[in-house]
Amino acid sequence: MQRTVFRSRWLPYVLVAPQMVVTVLFFFWPALKSLQLSVYRVSPFGDKSTFVGLDNFTKLLTDPDYYSSVLNSFVFAGGVTVTAVLGSLVLAGLATQKIRGLAVYRTLLLWPYGIASAVAGIIFLFIFHPSYGILPYFLSFVTTYEFNWLLKSWVAMTLVIVAMAWTLLGYNIAFYIAGLLAIPSSVMEAADVDGAGPVRRFTAIVFPLVSPITFYLVALDMVFAFFESFPVIDAVTKGGPGQSTELMVYKLWKDGFIGLNLGSSGAQSVILMALVIGLTVLQFRFAEKKVTYR
Amino acid sequence: MSAVGTTQLERVQARATDAPRRKPISWGALLVHALLIACIAVVAFPLYFAFVVSTQDLQQVVQRPPRLLPSTHLLENYAEAWRKANMGRMLFNSAVMAVTVAVGKIVISMLSAFAVVYFDFRGRILCFWMIFVTLMLPVPVRLMSTYEVVGTLGWLNTYQGLTIPLMASATATFLFRQFYLTIPNEMAEAAQLDGAGPLRFLFAFLLPLSWANIAALFVVLFIFGWNQYLWPLMITTTEAMRTVVIGLEQLIPRSGTELPTWNLIMAGAMMALLPPVAVIVFMQRWFVKGLVESDK
Repeated sequence: MQRTVFRSRWLPYVLVAPQMVVTVLFFFWPALKSLQLSVYRVSPFGDKSTFVGLDNFTKLLTDPDYYSSVLNSFVFAGGVTVTAVLGSLVLAGLATQKIRGLAVYRTLLLWPYGIASAVAGIIFLFIFHPSYGILPYFLSFVTTYEFNWLLKSWVAMTLVIVAMAWTLLGYNIAFYIAGLLAIPSSVMEAADVDGAGPVRRFTAIVFPLVSPITFYLVALDMVFAFFESFPVIDAVTKGGPGQSTELMVYKLWKDGFIGLNLGSSGAQSVILMALVIGLTVLQFRFAEKKVTYR
Repeated sequence: MSAVGTTQLERVQARATDAPRRKPISWGALLVHALLIACIAVVAFPLYFAFVVSTQDLQQVVQRPPRLLPSTHLLENYAEAWRKANMGRMLFNSAVMAVTVAVGKIVISMLSAFAVVYFDFRGRILCFWMIFVTLMLPVPVRLMSTYEVVGTLGWLNTYQGLTIPLMASATATFLFRQFYLTIPNEMAEAAQLDGAGPLRFLFAFLLPLSWANIAALFVVLFIFGWNQYLWPLMITTTEAMRTVVIGLEQLIPRSGTELPTWNLIMAGAMMALLPPVAVIVFMQRWFVKGLVESDK
């Protein structure tokens, strides 16, 4: 189809210029520098740099701290994604039943999206606090097990996963509500006529129909969990106890900004780049199919 | 009529006249309402509890069993948190950052999308792919080097440094592009026949149609800008430039013996989250319409 276009020699360039300038200056140039940094060893104050080939990468790949940060990141991402996607599907499913008050419920479910993950983290930090927190207090009535995130790494990991998933719920719910509302009522009625109960209706019809949304949200939440999780860690556990909640993102910052090991930080950036490319490709593949019901 | 059709008709007729079926439906509805309210209570509890704590004094905070109803120290806590953490300045910084990033991204993306859709120029495809690639370059992936660029420009501890490096958005550009592609060709043709130039077409025709998208993007980008953490943490070192999210984290003492003033911290948290939550609550309709349902 021939699109109508305007004719101008200079205007389009002027129009894209702002975005291009910012993109080149703050995205491409730094990304290339990261690539470059990853194959150098740079002295802390940047005055001396030696080409070391893939040395930084091999150092990372033989570093148990790095592996544990990778593992932590995947555990974290998995926990956050599963919690956020399942939780939001359930809540959206409830909200879109044939009941009144959808708009009200949607407002009540959507607002956590506005809360910064750092702020959410701080609130949950308080709730999980071993001495003053309300959660360990109530749990102490049920068990003598000590829910101290400062000592037990699984508690710390749960803490940050819950905080992060909490902030993602709203966004996920918004998408699921839209998707569930878009299921043609004729499909649901046909299921009713066939005598399908609510559970079977869900598993056999609803879930498959919203699966594009599910895949899209899984990919999106994973990207968030890998790349936007720095605030939660820094505001809550700072990677602790030990390094059990140190995520790849956090380690990258720590090594580069605090440890001034720019080469290693650069190498970590490159590895993360590969990861984000994979995840973004996935996300786009499913975003295309998001709203067709075939 | 076939046997199958008759059976279906009978079934539908039977359902329509089946008056007692009303009762099971309303029990089910009650159950759903109850479940929803329970879930919302669970989801909202952390926020509610944070609010309650922000109204207590320190003695009540550490009291066991914990009090779950708001107390009376709201004003004094918020006033002290405001004073102690220099909240006014921090809120201002966050607001500047959020609004600048949101507006900046919207304007830049709208112009780029317009150019890519409505002009045929050399490098058009290249520009499109360059914008696309930025999706693969979140902050962590270019962390230290972007910091270096900003430092070289002398933009540390400045509003420009806080906002401009965050301003190129692929998502916004793609949203606008997608939207423009759905505008019928005839509109542009008619505008051209009327002698309207491209800019006039943009401002007089496209812009009014784009408000839903713009509103939705504003919600997302304002929240994004307000809640930024890693970037302000690196770029700002002076107290005067601190944003409220960073400032809040610094209220938490990390080393052992001092009793954290949790009531003040929670007061700070409430102040930090109120603006973005207010934005999403008041603008949620546009958010849903412009972003979630935009490709339907």
